[in-house]
Amino acid sequence: MTEYAPKNPGSVTKYIVVESPNITPSELAIRAYEISQGVIIKETCFGLAINGTEEEVDRLIAQLRTVDSDHIFIKDRGFLPGDPRRCRANLGGARPGFHGIEFETTVLPYISTGLEELRTRDAEGIPAPQNPLDRKKLDVYILKKLIETQEP
Amino acid sequence: MAKVFIYPTTSLILSDLVARYGHTPLSSAIAIRERIQTAGIESIPLQITPEEPKKGLRWAAVEVPSGVRGRMALYGPMIDTCDAAIIINDADLAFGCMGCARTNELVKYLIRQKNVPRLDLNYPKNEKEGIQFVAAIKRFLETLGGKK
Repeated sequence: MTEYAPKNPGSVTKYIVVESPNITPSELAIRAYEISQGVIIKETCFGLAINGTEEEVDRLIAQLRTVDSDHIFIKDRGFLPGDPRRCRANLGGARPGFHGIEFETTVLPYISTGLEELRTRDAEGIPAPQNPLDRKKLDVYILKKLIETQEP
Repeated sequence: MAKVFIYPTTSLILSDLVARYGHTPLSSAIAIRERIQTAGIESIPLQITPEEPKKGLRWAAVEVPSGVRGRMALYGPMIDTCDAAIIINDADLAFGCMGCARTNELVKYLIRQKNVPRLDLNYPKNEKEGIQFVAAIKRFLETLGGKK
């Protein structure tokens, strides 16, 4: 058994995912370098991974969101940027958490549309989506029709 | 500011929308960060030690596989502390081995048993559903007292 000493204890790491027609991850990285103060910034294919104190990271995120608010998405990350336990450079193949981001990236354009729409429309006036727990029962008339059309 | 449990716990979309509308998302990254940043005995890759399945006994019985109890040591405390929950029901990305699958079932069961405001959704499949999806989350979070 070996002792474990964490790097940068007390710091916060966040992912910034860019799904924008107006800005690329590298442009956002340059903007982040310009305004960051003591924050580790790593550019990735889908955006940035940033690490620092909670206040600094929150300040940086608030400023980066203003670049293209409806097309920039942020989530927490447990590991530091480039941590050898998670970095694909050490593991080979995609990083384990990448598949989740890869899937959700396909949905992000719809979310961006929703965010843009809500800038001009009130959320109260938009109908609720179908509740996935509501299981529709087979209508008795449809059942009768199915029985009647069944070949002998 | 309410603590909102999100499922899938790694969801980028839910994590972002909850934080965007002024609440705190409870995701697996926070539980992992807690362990990664705590000194102790090295237990790669996630710093999950043999202590975790013991902690998981609070949410799952002893005959439940240790994989489920170990995972519940991450998610259980978040379920206990959450003020609300948002669940995406057709989240294929949460698919995994039996440990993951059974933990996912238990997590959803515990949230439904807990008497907190809950929003059940599916991932949007087109722009119209995307608008409804975001509006539903915004309305739900506003009822918790979030920013307008």
